[in-house]
Amino acid sequence: MAAGRRAVLRGAAVVAPALLASAAVPAAGDPLPMRQPAPGLHVHMGVHEESTPANAGLIANIGFIVGRDAVAVIDTGGSAEAGRRLRAAVRAVTDRPIRYVINTHVHPDHVFGNAAFVADRPAFVGHRALPAALAQRAPHYREALRRTFGDAMAEASAAVPPTLLVEDSLDLDLGDRRLTLRAHATAHTDNDLTVFDHAGGTLWASDLLFAQRIPAVDGSVTGWLAVLDELAALPARRVVPGHGPVSEDWPGALADQRRYLTVLADEVRAVIRAGGTLERAVETVGRGEAGRWVLFDDYHRRNVTAAFVELEWE
Amino acid sequence: MNRRSILMAPLIVPLVTLAAPAVRAAGESGDGARWAEIRRELFGDRPIEPAGDRLVLEAPGRAEDAAVVPVSFTATAPRRSPDGVRSVHLIIDNNPAPLAAVFRFPPDGADPAVATRIRINEYTPLRAVAETADGRLIMAERFVKASGGCSAPAGKDQVAALARLGRMRLNGADAAAPGRPATLQVLISHPNNSGLQFDQISRTYVPPHYLTTIAIAHAGRPLLAVDADISLSEDPSIHFTFVPDGPGPLTVRAEDTKGGVFDGAWPVAGAPGG
Ligand SMILES: [Zn+2]
Repeated sequence: MAAGRRAVLRGAAVVAPALLASAAVPAAGDPLPMRQPAPGLHVHMGVHEESTPANAGLIANIGFIVGRDAVAVIDTGGSAEAGRRLRAAVRAVTDRPIRYVINTHVHPDHVFGNAAFVADRPAFVGHRALPAALAQRAPHYREALRRTFGDAMAEASAAVPPTLLVEDSLDLDLGDRRLTLRAHATAHTDNDLTVFDHAGGTLWASDLLFAQRIPAVDGSVTGWLAVLDELAALPARRVVPGHGPVSEDWPGALADQRRYLTVLADEVRAVIRAGGTLERAVETVGRGEAGRWVLFDDYHRRNVTAAFVELEWE
Repeated sequence: MNRRSILMAPLIVPLVTLAAPAVRAAGESGDGARWAEIRRELFGDRPIEPAGDRLVLEAPGRAEDAAVVPVSFTATAPRRSPDGVRSVHLIIDNNPAPLAAVFRFPPDGADPAVATRIRINEYTPLRAVAETADGRLIMAERFVKASGGCSAPAGKDQVAALARLGRMRLNGADAAAPGRPATLQVLISHPNNSGLQFDQISRTYVPPHYLTTIAIAHAGRPLLAVDADISLSEDPSIHFTFVPDGPGPLTVRAEDTKGGVFDGAWPVAGAPGG
């Protein structure tokens, strides 16, 4: 019996959903090309693709903020290589110490460059629920890294858990540059953190805002809509989404995503009320949003599934 | 169930599962051998006929979320004909525990037609094997492309999931009326931990903790009994159809591997409270 069980188990592969997206491709080790939408605010724009070895998992927007005394990095990309190139971009601008590495949430394209910053001995900063989420998902994500980048890069891209947790909100001072970090209720994930840079009135929303690329619901669709209302009340002059271009249309930049999530929730509720099944919802919900989002076919049905299993408990 | 060999959730957590990232390609040779092994254990030497249109099995060719794959089966023969279906085994060949559930339909119970949700760990044949009133086995099969479902981390919102542990919900009762077929959904909030989910903080697998039986009755009449295993998704969901013969409570009793017993009762078809 033991032999039989082992035989049956042998084939059990552990495989992760393709949460990674992807980016532009200069040579390994080169500093990432950065934009500077405001003084001291440096952003590398991820591209709207899935991860490939060629793009090193550079798909989400990542970057850093430079104060008088120190630097805070915000998200590190989807691999150690992405992290190294981000670090090179910091060093191309300043030799001030990297005091903080902020991870906005658990997704691989935001955290797996952390290893490149360990030698700087920064505080790794995350939402109070980030350690648990990372612990649960790490084996799963590791398999995805292996499949995407191969064993060597997966090994180099060690998960680095946070050393400084944000319970509710936390101010960091980079020297004449105050950042307010907020830990949100479950929305895009159950561990979303935003950064408000008071100097320029910039809200680094990360994946609480997707522009162009279809949002991925990995938390709560109703929670996300509620958090959007809270964000909209912030006195921001500019927003850095997790995916898509930086915008100075505030809070107008939230409109497309709000519409998508509203349609998703409303149409799923309608199927549930009519006694419909998950399969039916997956086939029918949100078809009017097709063509409005990059990677719609890759993520939309999964979003419907997530919304359905959430909303059927209402 | 007293069968507990390759078919059921491992009692001892299989460390090999995560340690060895063996990925087997779909349709690779070995699937046939695996099915032969499962079949021998479940059904011995009994012949199994292709079901044709007597049993319709539906599942997506490619699943969006391997931890929540919708699947349904419908037996089309009249209940009282020789082809009338009394039980259905739902089998996922390449899962760590291939037998997802056995659905048993008493002669006066629910229609042999159920929709539920399963975990799929890798590309796999999916089978429904039905036993007919005259004791024959008929089988419908599909191939599903999905992976990682059994070891996928649980729950997108851990706090919300804990808050509703053990809660049950019945959907569709409003529309039920005596003498007319009613389709209802029973939802049971339960982590249904597979034992294959690894927690890096504790450096251990989350212990298996899943529903083993679900019994559904109306006004004391048994409608459907399910023997379940780890391949049912978190928060198990069952859609079923029956004809209420009068008012009465719809009752559900579920039991899990830790001895947990969960009861639910709702008025259906004009009944005063359950
Ligand atoms: Zn994300």
